[in-house]
Amino acid sequence: MSMAPATRDPGVQTPLRRFVADFAESHVAMAGLAVFALVLGAALLAPLLSPQNPYDLNQLDIMDGRQPPMTKSMEGFVFWLGSDDQGRDMLSAIFYGLRTSLGVGAMSAVGALAIGMAAGLLAAYFGGRVESVVMRIVDIQLSFPSILVALILLAVLGQGTWKIILALICVQWAYYARTVRGTALVERRKEYIEAARCLALGHRRIVFRHLLPNCLPPLIVVVTVQVAQEATLSFLGIGLPITEPSLGLLIANGFEYLLSGKYWISFFPGVALLVTIVSINLVGDQLRDVLNPRLQK
Amino acid sequence: MTVFVIRRLMQSGLVLFVMSLIVFFGVYAIGDPIEIFISPEADQIERERAKAALGLDRPVWAQYFAFLGAAFQGDLGRSFVFNMPAITLILQRMPATLELAVSALLLGIVVGLPLGMYAGYRPNSAGAKAILAGSILGFSLPTFWVGLMLIMVFAVNLGWLPSTGRGQTATYLGITSSLFTVDGLRHLAMPALNLALFKISLIIRLARAGMRENMLMDYVRFARAKGLPMRRVVFVHVFKNILIPIVTVIGLELGSTIAFAVVTESIFAWPGMGKLIIDSIQRLDRPVIVAYLCIIVFMFIVINLVVDILYSVLDPRVRLSEAKG
Repeated sequence: MSMAPATRDPGVQTPLRRFVADFAESHVAMAGLAVFALVLGAALLAPLLSPQNPYDLNQLDIMDGRQPPMTKSMEGFVFWLGSDDQGRDMLSAIFYGLRTSLGVGAMSAVGALAIGMAAGLLAAYFGGRVESVVMRIVDIQLSFPSILVALILLAVLGQGTWKIILALICVQWAYYARTVRGTALVERRKEYIEAARCLALGHRRIVFRHLLPNCLPPLIVVVTVQVAQEATLSFLGIGLPITEPSLGLLIANGFEYLLSGKYWISFFPGVALLVTIVSINLVGDQLRDVLNPRLQK
Repeated sequence: MTVFVIRRLMQSGLVLFVMSLIVFFGVYAIGDPIEIFISPEADQIERERAKAALGLDRPVWAQYFAFLGAAFQGDLGRSFVFNMPAITLILQRMPATLELAVSALLLGIVVGLPLGMYAGYRPNSAGAKAILAGSILGFSLPTFWVGLMLIMVFAVNLGWLPSTGRGQTATYLGITSSLFTVDGLRHLAMPALNLALFKISLIIRLARAGMRENMLMDYVRFARAKGLPMRRVVFVHVFKNILIPIVTVIGLELGSTIAFAVVTESIFAWPGMGKLIIDSIQRLDRPVIVAYLCIIVFMFIVINLVVDILYSVLDPRVRLSEAKG
């Protein structure tokens, strides 16, 4: 018997193993994770999975326009979810749209989290003047609803992928800053931070190694918010440009046909958006519960 | 108290000024509106004349100061598209938006409060769990998606309700509103429900939490021990205590409801301010964009100021922490 199998004994608790076991406790969350994995897979593998490249004009045939689901196309493949007015396969368009939506959501979430967390932590840890300046800005921004801030920024910036990412970051950072500050203010007074100070650890080490991990749990569900917000702005026609259609834009494009009963152009991208948002939500909720030290058994 | 109000007023003024700067210079940078209003064949002289007529030939800062000066006199520029004062245009659309927002809030209370109270009263019942799950969906589903589904089901498939526009209006007690006609109510139903969905979820959460918290309090036990029926304890004693946070939140939500009406108005082609701003952004109707943003920011600053002052009157702790900071 070597030592290696012994350490893999299921009885030994490693933080990762305990985390996985805790997470798997909720069947709903596991189902959410499975669905989200499918969605992510579809987004990443879009070029391989799609019957056609929906943005290569050579592959589109106007004769295929507005075909209901399950019709055969001129090229021979089947429009499982129908086609739009350009003769674009909706299934392919949704795969590519998911890519854009998730990409924009993830990038803006990372940006907003980084800025919000840094601002919140600095404010809570140092207090004083830094805190009052940061929190005053946060307060002022939060006194306006998120959609209004996004509207102002997009009216000012114009359309574009990077512009909407920037706008979403600007909209969301303040929420994270306030949440992080709230948590960090509580955490800062705890003994472990005091102990770290007594050990004469540097500010940077205390903030990032000790304070930060304990402030994370309330922030997990951020990507959902970003995906939903991007979809809303793109639906309004002030988000992503028409050259990079996200799910929101696909839904907007099909909207005019909805009233004439050609539901599939709008409906299926809507279902894709819904599935994405709900699955991220389920996973995020469970993650938040599992990572919350206060709820640990 | 006076110091607090003066400080808040100064801060509000500063925010308004900064906003007008950002909006004006930002919007100026988007594009050249002259390209849209002049046919491509127009010669240089015609272009210059049109530019001068619209005031676009002056430097940006001069345009800004002209705008600022006029703004103080209640003139926020003329719409390029409608050729009428931007402020008149917006004020014309405002009643439709307010009607929608107020209906949505009322709907939120009427639907959300009883559901939330029930969910808090019997937290373990199947009904309570269904209500809670519904409120989670209400939070996470994008408003526009729900609006789309409403149209698909009630307008296209069932054909019960009209999907676009505002219905007939009637004037009653000096208020012109579509609330007073059947046609108006039919048009209002879906947009109001769509906008209310988020509020319903929010109020369900608040009422449920308040109910659960209050039912454990000593005063409830005392009232029961005194022999009061449960109905009276819940609907008189507990109800009053639940209402405090809900009333606060509803006051705060009025502003955000008006802002979020942008989405609902776009879906249901509701002729309010929100649809106007989206159309104006797409048509680059610069004066309307600037005027709308200034008006709505002003509105928010006033709402926030009133809420802050009311708070400091009601709760001295707010004032104290403010004076310290």
